Amino acid sequence: MVHQYKNNGYNMVLDVESGSVHVVDDLTYDVIALFEKNSLEEVQSQLGQYESKDVKEAYEEVAELKDMGVLFSEDDYEDYICEFKKRPTVVKALCLHIAHDCNLACRYCFAEEGEYQGDRSLMSAEIGKKALDFLVANSGNRRNLEVDFFGGEPLMNFDVVKEIVAYGRSLEEEHNKNFRFTLTTNGMLLNDDIMDFANKEMDNVVLSVDGRKEVHDYMRPTPNGKGSYDIIIDKFKKFAEQRHQEKYYVRGTFTHHNLDFSQDVFHLADEGFKQISVEPVVGPDTEEYTIKEADLPQVMKEYDKLASEMVKRNKEGKGFTFFHFMIDLTGGPCVAKRLSGCGSGTEYLAVTPWGDLYPCHQFVGEDEFLMGNVNDGIKKEDIVSEFKATSVYSREACRDCFARFYCSGGCSANSYKLNGTINGTYDIGCQLERKRVECALMIKAAQMTEKESSNEE
Amino acid sequence: MKHIKTLTNKTLKSTVKKGGCGECQTSCQSAKTSCTVGNQVCN
Repeated sequence: MVHQYKNNGYNMVLDVESGSVHVVDDLTYDVIALFEKNSLEEVQSQLGQYESKDVKEAYEEVAELKDMGVLFSEDDYEDYICEFKKRPTVVKALCLHIAHDCNLACRYCFAEEGEYQGDRSLMSAEIGKKALDFLVANSGNRRNLEVDFFGGEPLMNFDVVKEIVAYGRSLEEEHNKNFRFTLTTNGMLLNDDIMDFANKEMDNVVLSVDGRKEVHDYMRPTPNGKGSYDIIIDKFKKFAEQRHQEKYYVRGTFTHHNLDFSQDVFHLADEGFKQISVEPVVGPDTEEYTIKEADLPQVMKEYDKLASEMVKRNKEGKGFTFFHFMIDLTGGPCVAKRLSGCGSGTEYLAVTPWGDLYPCHQFVGEDEFLMGNVNDGIKKEDIVSEFKATSVYSREACRDCFARFYCSGGCSANSYKLNGTINGTYDIGCQLERKRVECALMIKAAQMTEKESSNEE
Repeated sequence: MKHIKTLTNKTLKSTVKKGGCGECQTSCQSAKTSCTVGNQVCN
């Protein structure tokens, strides 16, 4: 399957099944659109605006790439992926809900002020240590293990975070494991001691800020209704500098209220942040803040605006990373990873403050997805099997989608919350993902052609 | 080639034999609501 589109002056051609990406001239762009169903003579007669010999030349180049398996290639992965998914899996990562409590009252929070449809609760060090024991025992030969401190607001239980990290470090040598700890925080309790600790122990930190002050303060108020931007922004800047502008993300959420979200990305970049992720809110259509079908044309324009500005800033030496435009064309994931999905329910589990296990943080509080606990392990293997069976090929809508090798079938939790099944898709999310893939590939094309031009000079 | 510039130097099919080792980072641990596996890093 070939997907071709024009973006920011580039004629882009994606050969979906091989993952090959091509930039072509106008003539070849038109030839490719006709290639599969027409002979050379038919293409020449339909493209009368071009010289016949030029059409022949372009047609032959396309045919050559087809023979090389990088254009019009076939999808012959399904049997491979179905077999791959049957392999025994190990647990690689845990999301520790270190605090089901929060000191903000964000309007869009899927955790409902950190409580996840339950009561306020903090994880004890004992439960945290048992979670790490469970991870080590269920991780097979996998050396790198990931543990994310999540909430609620994790810094409301920081002493326990420190104790769990120390315990993890004490397990590493004996079990030949390497823990990669990560932390998500709203920044309200961030201070120099916590930053020092995180800079020493946290492989990545995610810092929640939505962008412009008025946007952030509207969606992320304190429980008494005041804004939180002024409390956090300077601390986040200091934190990012201390981490040498790497191994962190400032992470924002855009909603129906800031459809001009590219301005929030530029605001964060202009404030000096280099690692930025601003992502669409996900929620039920009944909420006033969610992205509606009618909002999509503006959101698409914003992604285009963001992408072309990023190309411009890159050229000026003022580039930044935008998480959803990250695509590695030389060292990205293997096809098994791309088509089998995020690993929720099999390789990645969430742990509640009292030690219950769920397929991921977004299923916490959904009783039918309670899988077991850190003391007894996984009790409901049928849930593991259900998640193991999900892949691009189990979702009908993915079969004809050009983005399926990049999104891997989308989020099971989003599908469950919107469709009642983990095997569906979230249509608005899909449309946004396709746009982001198009923008990301265009940025790559711009960077690579710019680099070649520089080398030629 | 005169008309086509290819940006990729290998195909996904070339990762079938060597892929699937499972050592890659779990995608959700990077930055929690709109998962994209394609921007992860592999070996």
